[in-house]
Amino acid sequence: MTFDLLFNLSLIIFAIGMIFKIVQWFSCKIGIQAQNSFFSKRLISSLKAMPGVIFSTKIIIILKIFILDVLFQYKILKQDVLRWVMHMLIFWGFILLFFMHALESVVSEKIFSYYYSTVNPFMFLRDFFGFMVLVGIIIAICRRFFMKIHRLYTNKKDIYAIFIVAIIILSGFFLEGAKIISHTDFQNMEKDFSALDYKEDILALEAYWVKYYGLVSPNIIIEQISSETLAAGEEIHNESCIDCHTRPQAAFAGYAMSKMMKPVGGLLDSMGMVNILYYFHILACFIGLALLPFTKMLHMITTPVSLITNAIMQRDKSDPLNIATRQLIELDACVHCNTCSKTCSQGPAYDVKNNVNILPSERMVSLRQYFKTKDLGSSKFMAIQEGIFLCSNCDRCTVVCPAGINLKELWYDVREEFIRSGASITSLVLSPYSYNRTYNQDDFGATLADMPAKHARGIIASKYKKKSHSEDVLSLTDTSNELKDNKEPAFHDATFAYCFSCENCTNVCPVVMNYEKPEQVLDLLPHQMMRSIGLGLENLALGSNMLWDCVTCYQCQEHCPQNVKVTDIFYELKNKVAKDCFYSQKE
Amino acid sequence: MKKFALFIGCNIPAKVGQYEMSARAVLEKLNIDIADIKDFNCCGYPLKNTDQNAWILSSARNIALAENAGKDILTLCQCCFGSLKKANALLKEDNELKVNINKILGKEGLKYNGTSSISHYLSILHNDITIDELNKKIIDHYKDLKIATHYGCHALRPSEIMKFDDPVAPSIFDNLVNITGAKSIDWPGKLDCCGAPVLGINDNLSYDLTEKKLGNAKKAGADFICVACPWCHMQFDKIQDQIVLKRDKEYNLPSILYTQLLGLRLGIGKEELGIASPDNKDNEHLNQIYSKLFDTEAQKEKKPKKKTSKEKELIKKKAIKKETQSVE
Repeated sequence: MTFDLLFNLSLIIFAIGMIFKIVQWFSCKIGIQAQNSFFSKRLISSLKAMPGVIFSTKIIIILKIFILDVLFQYKILKQDVLRWVMHMLIFWGFILLFFMHALESVVSEKIFSYYYSTVNPFMFLRDFFGFMVLVGIIIAICRRFFMKIHRLYTNKKDIYAIFIVAIIILSGFFLEGAKIISHTDFQNMEKDFSALDYKEDILALEAYWVKYYGLVSPNIIIEQISSETLAAGEEIHNESCIDCHTRPQAAFAGYAMSKMMKPVGGLLDSMGMVNILYYFHILACFIGLALLPFTKMLHMITTPVSLITNAIMQRDKSDPLNIATRQLIELDACVHCNTCSKTCSQGPAYDVKNNVNILPSERMVSLRQYFKTKDLGSSKFMAIQEGIFLCSNCDRCTVVCPAGINLKELWYDVREEFIRSGASITSLVLSPYSYNRTYNQDDFGATLADMPAKHARGIIASKYKKKSHSEDVLSLTDTSNELKDNKEPAFHDATFAYCFSCENCTNVCPVVMNYEKPEQVLDLLPHQMMRSIGLGLENLALGSNMLWDCVTCYQCQEHCPQNVKVTDIFYELKNKVAKDCFYSQKE
Repeated sequence: MKKFALFIGCNIPAKVGQYEMSARAVLEKLNIDIADIKDFNCCGYPLKNTDQNAWILSSARNIALAENAGKDILTLCQCCFGSLKKANALLKEDNELKVNINKILGKEGLKYNGTSSISHYLSILHNDITIDELNKKIIDHYKDLKIATHYGCHALRPSEIMKFDDPVAPSIFDNLVNITGAKSIDWPGKLDCCGAPVLGINDNLSYDLTEKKLGNAKKAGADFICVACPWCHMQFDKIQDQIVLKRDKEYNLPSILYTQLLGLRLGIGKEELGIASPDNKDNEHLNQIYSKLFDTEAQKEKKPKKKTSKEKELIKKKAIKKETQSVE
């Protein structure tokens, strides 16, 4: 009765949660793929696409992925053997337990006519499967808490996932142990299945069970059992019990627990420990079920979906609405395993900047929050933005992701969303990280591919004074000039002081050569840049277009007769602008 | 010879896969073993504009990984080469910087000592394997192929650190092209920038620079522009297409990676080198240019007329028969 009530309740919560999730997947927006779309439109378009997949050769791909990557988890194996062992143990242990033990009335009893959970091989197997999960959990705990894996972060969701599985399995083992020693259970079973009339017979059976089945009885002292009693007990046992009971050693884990509890067995039994543990066990299972849609355990559903959909969908052929839906499912398919962060090309940038959003796995966590609220406050938004722009598009995360998530496209699309929202301000758009947007402009339908850089230049221009006219008088005694107050040398490289304006740098500069009136486009020419700094007019140089139009070809530096490190100084100036005008996570 | 770890960087696996394919195929043909270090990260080049510390750490981590494995670094990309080598030089001369970098690297048990060197693919071919050795391995020569070599800025300059070649009158690349039978032509601006560093920052400027180079090379009579850097290749390849489309120009000057140019004459198949036919199959002009890649001197000597593939097979079979007979 209580079981049914709890079960149904958890099932209802699970169902509501799943509906909530599905609505979210089909109606929320992230990236640029689903502008102006709503729930029904996206649901219909995904349903429309399905027949085309099922009745085509794609079904073979789906089967292949299902066997190779879902059941055998080949993608994990390729990256990390220990993680594969861990996950295979938990995955298969749990699946087998689920079908054999949790669904025994629906599955095991239907398939095996002789199924009894207390008879071998089932009694052994149940413990064996549970043990598999437990070993997997121990590896998981070691990985997360003791192995100190670089750039591996563990959050509440990871801890919950480990915790709930561990609780389910351990409570099961304890329950089994408590049942083995329980005198109350023995009495009930005896009444139901043998119904002995004489007290001596009951005691004889009890003695036999104390001796061989680990029972703890208030009536029997194991050392005082006589061989006659034992023989009498065995006779009754063979008559009534043996068919349904293998000796408990087969359930090795539960048996070990019973050994542990034995000294206080009588007390535990009188407290009704079997009942307590039973409810504890099923409650843990039901909580796991009810909360599944809201926890990391949802990956049981979403990760296979991600693996399969990514194997059959193509950016240029699939409906953008379906890509949008897939991208939302992908956010839930991420298991925060850190494979991507471990392989990320930009990992060292994280080591310097300490912004966790530079690591793909942590960025996924932030994006999950972002798509829900879209308003995370400016510093959090800036941090995500720095992470998502600080990406060299090497695609390594996408190649290694064990959940098959197309991270690359997710980054593209979210980056694009940020750019189009107009809220995007980062110095990173003024670096080769921007290359990809122009290179792939057709994919984004970007008409002005370098627009983000232009936007950033506008911000810089508003901060610094520009030389607007060649005839302008420039004051050299400006007391507000930072350079003069600064006690530390403003530049690591002070070679600009050697510049005597021979203009060699300007004459060899391919950028200067590109323009008819370069001083109008670039504000300052290379030799003027060096002279400005030399004269303490640092701001003039910092605000000039020349800085960002420099192609860093080092022609100027190579040809300088005074060994002024022109290009290197440009880099220093650019770094200064990036630091002064834009967000960067502080250490 | 030293043992090398191949550094492929970020662009090659994502966008210029044929460079890695062909580079590996050529090294294999030359019997040179290379190691792969899975943990290599970005060289740090794109970080230079905004945070040079992050660049130096990125480079230092790669060098430390190579040191750990007892290898020297062999780069395919000239910007990776430039970044790694420059960072290496900075770390060697600035002890305080080295200490700070090692503090961060120490968190994952790494240490930069500065014992591994960094070389670009072209230097290895030219200086370590040597032209003579390559000449021995080349099986036939291009008959009529004019190549505009594109040196790449970050390999040449700053020369006091790169020490790649003479920064004003370099010859390595031209020598390497000439041994294949192709003719390396003289053309204005071959030491200048391809335009890639400002793509995305100032697209028009980037297009201008690329366009100018394409025009100059074409005018000088080049069939192909030959590069040894993924950035330059992307610029002369896909960005050329964008320029053609947006600016209504036509250059018909495809880009070929040096590893592909050499690989063909070492007898490596075009599939193995990742040489694709032109996208536009109706472009007669381009088809003609591509056919020059398969027109060689050795063929001319043996067979004055062009043979059909059936005839070629027959000749091959005869040759095999002769060989087996002589063996008998």
